[in-house]
Amino acid sequence: MAALQVELVAADRKVWEGEASQVSARSTEGELGVLPGHQPMLCVLAEGEVRIDAGGWKTAVVDGGFISVDHDRVTIVAETVDASGMGS
Amino acid sequence: MGAQIREYRQRIRSVSATKKITRAMELMAASRVVKAQQAVRESSPYARALTRAVSAVATFSTEDHPLTSEKEDVKRAAVVIMTSDRGLAGAYSSAVIKESERVVGRLREEGKEVVPYLLGRKAIGYYSFRRREFAASWSGFSEKPTFDTAREIAQRLVDDFTTDTDEGGIDEVHVVFTRFVSMVTQEPEVIRLLPLEVVEGTEAPADDELLPLYEFEPDPAQVLDALLPKYVNARLFNCMLQAAASELAARQRAMKSATDNAEELIKKYTRLANQARQAEITQEISEIVGGASALAESK
Repeated sequence: MAALQVELVAADRKVWEGEASQVSARSTEGELGVLPGHQPMLCVLAEGEVRIDAGGWKTAVVDGGFISVDHDRVTIVAETVDASGMGS
Repeated sequence: MGAQIREYRQRIRSVSATKKITRAMELMAASRVVKAQQAVRESSPYARALTRAVSAVATFSTEDHPLTSEKEDVKRAAVVIMTSDRGLAGAYSSAVIKESERVVGRLREEGKEVVPYLLGRKAIGYYSFRRREFAASWSGFSEKPTFDTAREIAQRLVDDFTTDTDEGGIDEVHVVFTRFVSMVTQEPEVIRLLPLEVVEGTEAPADDELLPLYEFEPDPAQVLDALLPKYVNARLFNCMLQAAASELAARQRAMKSATDNAEELIKKYTRLANQARQAEITQEISEIVGGASALAESK
C-alpha cells in the first residue's frame, strides 16, 4: 500500500514533512481520517489535534487552518502549530 | 606648530572610534540579514500551500466573496507604509516614503480620499512632524516581524475594509514596502492587498500539474470564507519579512560605506599629521643651523 506524503506547515516555518500511513484531524464537521488512496479533498479544520501515524503517532495542536489531500499528498496548513507533541 | 599635529591626532582618534561603531553595526546587520532571508524562505511553504488552496477553490466556485469583489465606487483608499524603526540604513525609509507620496498623489488625483496606516517609527515621525493625520500605526518590530503582528495588522485592515464607507470604512488597501530582490538591490514596491487578486506568480503550481477535482468540506463558499482572511495575513506577513530583509541589507550597505569613508579619513589625517611633524623637524633643524652659523660669524 502506498504511503501518504505528509507536510505540516505553519505560517513561519515548515513543521514536519515525511511519510505516514494515516492522518487524522478534527474538521469543522467532525473527526476526519485520511488513509492512502483518499479522494482529493480540501477541508477546513477546527481548533484541535492533528495526529500523524509515521511509525508511531505524532501529534500537533493547530489553531484551525485546513487540510488538503490529493494523490496521497496531504498538506496540513495552520497559522500557528504547537509541535511539542511531535517528538523528534 | 605642535598644536596642529595634536589636532590631527585628535581627529584620527575620533574617526577611529566612529569606525569601530559603524563596523560593528555592519557586521550585526550582515548576520541578521541572513536570518531575515531565511525567514522569508521559511514562510514560503505556507504561502505556497495557501495560494494553491485558494486558487483551487476559486476555480471550482464562482461565488463572489466580499474580500475579492471590487467596489464600483471607490471613495476611500488605505495606504499601508512599511518603514524601519531606526535610521542609519541609507535611503531605505526615505525611498519608501517617497514612493508612498507618489501613490498618495495618484490616488488623490483619482478622486479618492487617502487613509494612511503606518508601520515603523520613521513613517510615524514623518507624519507627525508634518502634523498629518493617520488612521493607525504600529512600530517596534521592523527588523524581526512576527506572524502575530502581521495577523493583528491584517485583522484591522480587513475589519476596516468590510465596514461601510459611510461609517469610516475603506474600499481599497494598497501596501508600500521594499521588495528584497537581492543583497544589492531592494526596490520600493506598491501592491494592492484588498480587494484580493489571487496572484499565482512564483508560488503557482507547475503548469503541467492539473489541480485535482477537490471535494470541499463543508462547502466551497465556507472553505473560501476560512481561507481568504488567512491569505491576506500571509501576504502581509510576506511583505513585512521582505521589508525587514531589505532594511537590514540597506543598513549593512550604508554602514559599509561609512566604514570605508572613515578609513579614507584616517588615511588622510595620518598623512597630514606626518607632514606637519616633518615640517616641524625641518624647521627646528634650520633654526639650529641658522643659530650655529650666526654664532660662528660673530666670533
